[in-house]
Amino acid sequence: MSATGQRASERGAVPAGAGRRPAVSMRTAVAALLRKELLVELRTLESVPGMSLFALSTFVVFHFALNRNTVDGDLAAGILWVTLLFAALLGVNRLFVADAEDGGFEGFLLAPVERGALLLAKELALLIYLVVLELVAVPAFVLLLAPPFAHALPDLLLVLALGDIGVAVVGTLVAALAVRTRARDLLGPLLGLPLMVPIVIGGARASSPLFAATHAGSPAARWLATLALYDLIFGLIAYAVFDFLLED
Amino acid sequence: MAALEVERLARHYGEREALRDVSLTLAHGRTLVVFGPNGAGKTTLLQIFATLLRPHGGLVRVLGNDLPDQAWRLRGRVGLLAHEPLLYRSLSARENLRFYARLHGVGQRRVHELLQALELSGRSSEPLRTLSRGMVQRVAVARAVLHDPELLLLDEPYANLDPAARDLVEPLIGASSGPTRVLCSHDPAGALAQADQVLGLRDGRVALAGPADQVGEDEILALYR
Repeated sequence: MSATGQRASERGAVPAGAGRRPAVSMRTAVAALLRKELLVELRTLESVPGMSLFALSTFVVFHFALNRNTVDGDLAAGILWVTLLFAALLGVNRLFVADAEDGGFEGFLLAPVERGALLLAKELALLIYLVVLELVAVPAFVLLLAPPFAHALPDLLLVLALGDIGVAVVGTLVAALAVRTRARDLLGPLLGLPLMVPIVIGGARASSPLFAATHAGSPAARWLATLALYDLIFGLIAYAVFDFLLED
Repeated sequence: MAALEVERLARHYGEREALRDVSLTLAHGRTLVVFGPNGAGKTTLLQIFATLLRPHGGLVRVLGNDLPDQAWRLRGRVGLLAHEPLLYRSLSARENLRFYARLHGVGQRRVHELLQALELSGRSSEPLRTLSRGMVQRVAVARAVLHDPELLLLDEPYANLDPAARDLVEPLIGASSGPTRVLCSHDPAGALAQADQVLGLRDGRVALAGPADQVGEDEILALYR
């Protein structure tokens, strides 16, 4: 039978009336949204290349401006985290742009899925962008500025992971808030920077011992705990308010 | 129970009233055609029925659900063909439809069937931004009916479509397609032929309402003067 003459219930798809409750599981919806998100980024290359190039350029600028081949301790950690933060903001600003410009929000709102699925998919997408960014940025940082710290790489990865989760959660919330305003390019960074400062402080303090000239450090547990707590708090806040951000 | 029950609906954007005192009833399986000049409130009315906008006053009941409180019950039961296609321009027709099929829990076979029915299979892998407006409109039609909605909201659905393309979409969104339909149009003759009921809006207020067989083309044209 043709596409036009057969109802969905007969095709074994959504049964009649299934729209009365979310017919699609959270997991399926998140997977579909994340897949679409990554596909759009692969096609447009609007976020990750820009973020990576920004980080590379910033390290080159620091390398020549400081006129040093290596920096250590607080300075090294500060340069790394501030650079990652600003690079991340480029991605945050673009996170919902395709949805706003192409009507993806409306298309999503019509579907029988929990709205939290969009939040989770966007957070995961931003997290993936940040990981790719760091795959480029951290080696460049090592090459241009960082002291040898191969022994501390696992610890650094732990700090970066906690920082990335925080940036992804806060960034998604801020991007969702800003995207429906006319001044979204300005509002995103204006709202995002203050909220991400604690992540930069926690990340820099936790990773500072890893870049110590004496090679003796390990990340301070209290800063790791601070990062984890911040991630958790903002994760809950984002989940609680995201529905309202999508409301008319 | 009626598919649509609206009493004294009001909606505003800031200070501006987009809809005021709009009332109507539409039975299941029937077609309501909404006429009115640009800015009359037609699109706002459709977006309220689609649960994308909240009503600011009055009673709106869609498929037995009061809006906005029971809007979540309508998700997956309404198909919207809006001015914008609600499709990602960087993705292909097939990728867009597969994405929406997953969100609606519809099998991928339906995507294939719709692409074939709308004669889009040949260019279904090309990014949407490279397709003509008419082809994008056909993809938008496929998206709107992908999940076999009970209520179809159609905002000038034949815009950008040539006669051959109109024939292709007719079985999906036309009078014989099955679901209750609300159709916004500027084409009195064409739309009246499909209508069971007519609503004429001017400046957000009802200027004309009644069964289609009791409304003349000249009354509709008067809305635009």
